[in-house]
Amino acid sequence: MSALAVGEDGARHHVVVVRVENKAGVLARIAGLFSRRGFNIFSLAVAPTHDPRFSRISVVVDLESTRLDQVLAQLEKLVNVVEIRELHPADATEAELCLVTVRAPGTRPSLDGALAAAGARVVEDAGETLTAVLAGAPLELDAFEAALARFDIVELQRTGRVALPKLAPALRGAD
Amino acid sequence: MELTGAQALIKSLEAQGVEVVFGLPGGAILPVYDPIIDSSIRHVLVRHEQGAGHAAEGYAQVTGRAGVAMVTSGPGATNIVTALANAMMDSTPLVVVTGQVATTAIGTDAFQEVDTTGITMGVTKHNWLVTDPADIAQVVAEAFHVATTGRPGPVLIDFPKDVANARVAYEEPGPVELPGYRPPAAADPAAVEAAARLVLEAERPVVYAGGGLVKAGAAEALRAFVELTGIPVVSTLMARGVLDEADERFLGMPGMHGSYTAVTALQRADLLLAFGARFDDRVTGRLDAFAPAAKVVHVEVDRAEIDKVRRADVAVHADARAALEALTAALRRLGGSELPGASRRRLGPWMGQLNEWKERFPLTYEREGDGAAPAAGTVKPQQVVEELRRLTPDDTVLVSGVGQHQMWAAQFWQFRHPRQWVNSGGLGTMGFAVPAAVGAKVGRPDAMVWAVDGDGCFQMTAQELVTASAERIPVKVAILNNAYLGMVRQWQHMFYEERYSEVYLSPNLPDYVGWAEAMGCVGLRVSSPEEVAPAIEKANDIDDRPVVIDFRTDSMEQVFPMVPAGASNDDIVVHPSQSGLGR
Repeated sequence: MSALAVGEDGARHHVVVVRVENKAGVLARIAGLFSRRGFNIFSLAVAPTHDPRFSRISVVVDLESTRLDQVLAQLEKLVNVVEIRELHPADATEAELCLVTVRAPGTRPSLDGALAAAGARVVEDAGETLTAVLAGAPLELDAFEAALARFDIVELQRTGRVALPKLAPALRGAD
Repeated sequence: MELTGAQALIKSLEAQGVEVVFGLPGGAILPVYDPIIDSSIRHVLVRHEQGAGHAAEGYAQVTGRAGVAMVTSGPGATNIVTALANAMMDSTPLVVVTGQVATTAIGTDAFQEVDTTGITMGVTKHNWLVTDPADIAQVVAEAFHVATTGRPGPVLIDFPKDVANARVAYEEPGPVELPGYRPPAAADPAAVEAAARLVLEAERPVVYAGGGLVKAGAAEALRAFVELTGIPVVSTLMARGVLDEADERFLGMPGMHGSYTAVTALQRADLLLAFGARFDDRVTGRLDAFAPAAKVVHVEVDRAEIDKVRRADVAVHADARAALEALTAALRRLGGSELPGASRRRLGPWMGQLNEWKERFPLTYEREGDGAAPAAGTVKPQQVVEELRRLTPDDTVLVSGVGQHQMWAAQFWQFRHPRQWVNSGGLGTMGFAVPAAVGAKVGRPDAMVWAVDGDGCFQMTAQELVTASAERIPVKVAILNNAYLGMVRQWQHMFYEERYSEVYLSPNLPDYVGWAEAMGCVGLRVSSPEEVAPAIEKANDIDDRPVVIDFRTDSMEQVFPMVPAGASNDDIVVHPSQSGLGR
């Protein structure tokens, strides 16, 4: 068990990126496997890849309660699972997106300041209430959430993290 | 060639070499039952869908080929879930076809609609919902491939009625290409060599043979390994017969009701050669006290079993037969002239110890003529099993349900060949025996098939004897009728201060002989020890219909040895007549 992520709350997380055949029920197979084997997950994000035959599922696994080797081995047994990669945060580019609707009666300037400081973009503005979006590393989103805590958050939705491996040094040098 | 989807399905099953389907029709599967009339495939009409599943399992367990069952949607599908779960636990290759409501009705709570693929996801190796009739041939080919390769298991094809009725241009399936399905390739030579070195160093090695060896057809490879190394073998409930049990190196069955020698050999071993076994809790007892001094070589086709329960010192992720052949070859190379002679010399003290245990703690019960004879007139269940064994051919297929009778059957039979013993291991499914025996007899019509069943089990699935009578499948059933849910009673006896809660069944209700006769079988009753052998001989002579013998056995008999649940294997409780013997 090499790659351990220490999350914001000190818990041990691990990102498992699973490439699956884009077939009906495949998400249920993954979710059902985690549920029946008692594996705990923090977040799960899924979408088709650039190749429409496949989807990529990013699962953040709780390693406090779950054995990573078993997660990987059991996932591998699912017929629709084509490839599994476990990513250490140091080797991964991680991103997550957050949508938040905030009510700021009388505190709008200070809210605008907080949004600007985080680099969030207002996507809908109804004066006292607005919806903003922020995409970034999960830790940035955590900080953004904390900064908004003093405002009246109507709704907040995060996507769960997605991850890709960082580019190899050789590739990095080329760009 | 243009066919209906239903015809394409049957043609695809024929193309897979299917010779028999166990099933029961209903609304959604109706279209598929029409081309069955014209097919070369034999259909066995069961009386309950669970029976179709277990019969297919029995067939698969004795033949090694995939068992096939076909049922309708909704309750047909839910009734076969137990058999799927059972096959999943015991790695039995099954292909189950379920009817489904039309694709246009899926999700509308239509009549006899359930989410079959959803329900069976956790109890199948994989399942498919066919939505395009053009996929039928390919899906069937994939289903058989997945069911029978790697670690075998059950698969399910959910087949909507409109897909069955559609017209489709039938084409032979192409090669199976499943990008996410990769049974392991050949054994890693480095791992095999590491395993061989542990074998050569070991002083107290034991082969812990599991059901995977049977599945892999590795009996001959195991025999060659044992011949070369002289290493003794324990065979789990699922592996019985994989080594000829008349072999002097066979130590018995390990586990909760295993023999003292087999259980204790694992405990004292310095090397466990776990071949196709999964360290089931019924074998290990309390895990942290299991085989404390042993290094582990784990040969296993399923990567997820390696290190799941017990960490392997050397893991060989491969087909068990290929791995064993490679291991034996590596030992010949590395051991050179040292083998087998030196190896056997090295094992001398260990074999001496094992033989001493065998002598001191054989499986036993109160036999006629022994010091501790049973009360006059009492039929001991173990006596029935021993007599059956004595009076039947060596290649008899023995089938059992789950409970005390299963353990007595396992303890007091000596299996000479693999695939001779059919039972429900991992799931512990009561009622398995009768339908599984029906399927086993269909798979091995030349062999005598006896089911040893309990009275509780028999009542769960006896209706499949109607199937057996109607289809002329002459199975024989020995009910060890102790008028109790005996294993539960044993636990209440040992762990609940003899407070017997809801375990009494009555010996006379139902009337088993009358019931057997009503189902078209010959019914016999045995109430005293001297009737046992004549009744068995009479049953053996009947080959034109099923036979049921109601053996009235000692109600209070218990299964020994026993490792209490959660206890260490070191705390094995032997038969009371041996408990003063010390260890």
